[in-house]
Amino acid sequence: MAEVTGTGRVKRGMAEMLKGGVIMDVVNAEQAKIAEDAGAVAVMALERVPADIRAQGGVARMSDPDMIQKIQAAVSIPVMAKARIGHFVEARVLESLGVDYIDESEVLTPADYENHIDKFDFTVPFVCGATNLGEALRRINEGAAMIRSKGEAGTGDVSNAMQHMRKIGGEIRRLSSLREDELYVAAKELQAPYDLVKEVAQTGKLPVVLFTAGGIATPADAALMMSMGADGVFIGSGIFKSGNPAQRAAACVKATTFWDDPKVIADASRGLGEAMVGINVADLPAPHRLADRGW
Amino acid sequence: MKVGVLALQGDVREHISALIACGVEAVPVRRESEIQSIDALVLPGGESTTIAQLSEVFGIYDVLKQRIASGMPVYGSCAGMILLATEILDAKVGQKSFGGLDISVRRNAFGRQVDSFESDIEFADGSQELIRAVFIRAPWVEKVGDAVQVLASIDSHPVAVRSHTALATSFHPELTGDHRIHRYFIEHVARPALEKVK
Repeated sequence: MAEVTGTGRVKRGMAEMLKGGVIMDVVNAEQAKIAEDAGAVAVMALERVPADIRAQGGVARMSDPDMIQKIQAAVSIPVMAKARIGHFVEARVLESLGVDYIDESEVLTPADYENHIDKFDFTVPFVCGATNLGEALRRINEGAAMIRSKGEAGTGDVSNAMQHMRKIGGEIRRLSSLREDELYVAAKELQAPYDLVKEVAQTGKLPVVLFTAGGIATPADAALMMSMGADGVFIGSGIFKSGNPAQRAAACVKATTFWDDPKVIADASRGLGEAMVGINVADLPAPHRLADRGW
Repeated sequence: MKVGVLALQGDVREHISALIACGVEAVPVRRESEIQSIDALVLPGGESTTIAQLSEVFGIYDVLKQRIASGMPVYGSCAGMILLATEILDAKVGQKSFGGLDISVRRNAFGRQVDSFESDIEFADGSQELIRAVFIRAPWVEKVGDAVQVLASIDSHPVAVRSHTALATSFHPELTGDHRIHRYFIEHVARPALEKVK
């Protein structure tokens, strides 16, 4: 009775269990408890939320193992953590700590401007960001078991996440409409492996779970993303940079479950206090945009 | 037979596909009226703390508990097993379950995600064939009541159990495309239970 760990099914299956849920960025054990109590399906342990990374600048790296372990000890839900793009040693360290998912994230400063991590080489599963279908399929080809739209992290401006969800959805719909003999050129144009392109054309969806991230700050933002076909939502700075994190966290969870019921979203949106102040993505100079990282 | 899949969070779609493949009507349920309209229920895989909490927030905890207690056939996979247990070990403080199956379940008993695994196991439905079982941060059963039968185990830890009206597995048959467990639930748990009521 051989027990096999780290299979594609086990890695992708873990993401299936998170569907319909909210994954929240937390920087310490207290925030992790608040997230768990609010109904988060998982927490993302990091040293600074994207809004602070943006404000403070400098090189953003993997979190302190002590901090990650304190969060693991504080909650019973899955704990994820971020590694820099291409930094396979940070990923090995996170794997050895027993984190449940690694986010190879553009929010941290990339360690490699050409290659991403070979994610098949790990037992722990990876989630990666994407702004379009070709990028999503290149990440899956490297072993990503879950994809999230990138959005523009740390802004509280949902417009980029919206753009990425529309782009990915639109490109999938286009593939489904092509003749089989047109898929070769489609693969060339998407700069993605033919086999994955063909699979998406046939099934009409990504082969892995698709979450959304970047700029989601309100219950209505979360519901908007769900109605664009997201399987679930990452909320980074939006919760703990707001006036009343516990209440806002619970409200976003409710709106994600009942994304198609405006009455529930209205109720969840009442009296939440101040949302994070936010930055309009259009006001961000191009070199400061995180979504452009990754290739 | 109309089977509802509790659709607050988790892999609802996969359970619905598996049930439809077994020839029954399957619908997602989130509201009291929807829960009152079904003959049997599936509690999907997902995050047990989130599902329990959302059931309270949206006011369906009591109706679920009451319908399960009054004998509505129910199947729970992974988080669903935890939600059916009368006792949860390693629970979040204050974590509730619907009850209905007299078992003690230990959450994340097999470990974290890096310990998640798949394996061929024996399942006591009379078939000699092994079943491919996928365990993801899976629980196991530590204690079973008198009326509970163990259908599968790993290293002497029960991972599939049943009573007259309830079935629970630590693993996720909805992820493999093999519908044996869902068929077992419909033919050997739900149908006999529903016919007895008639």
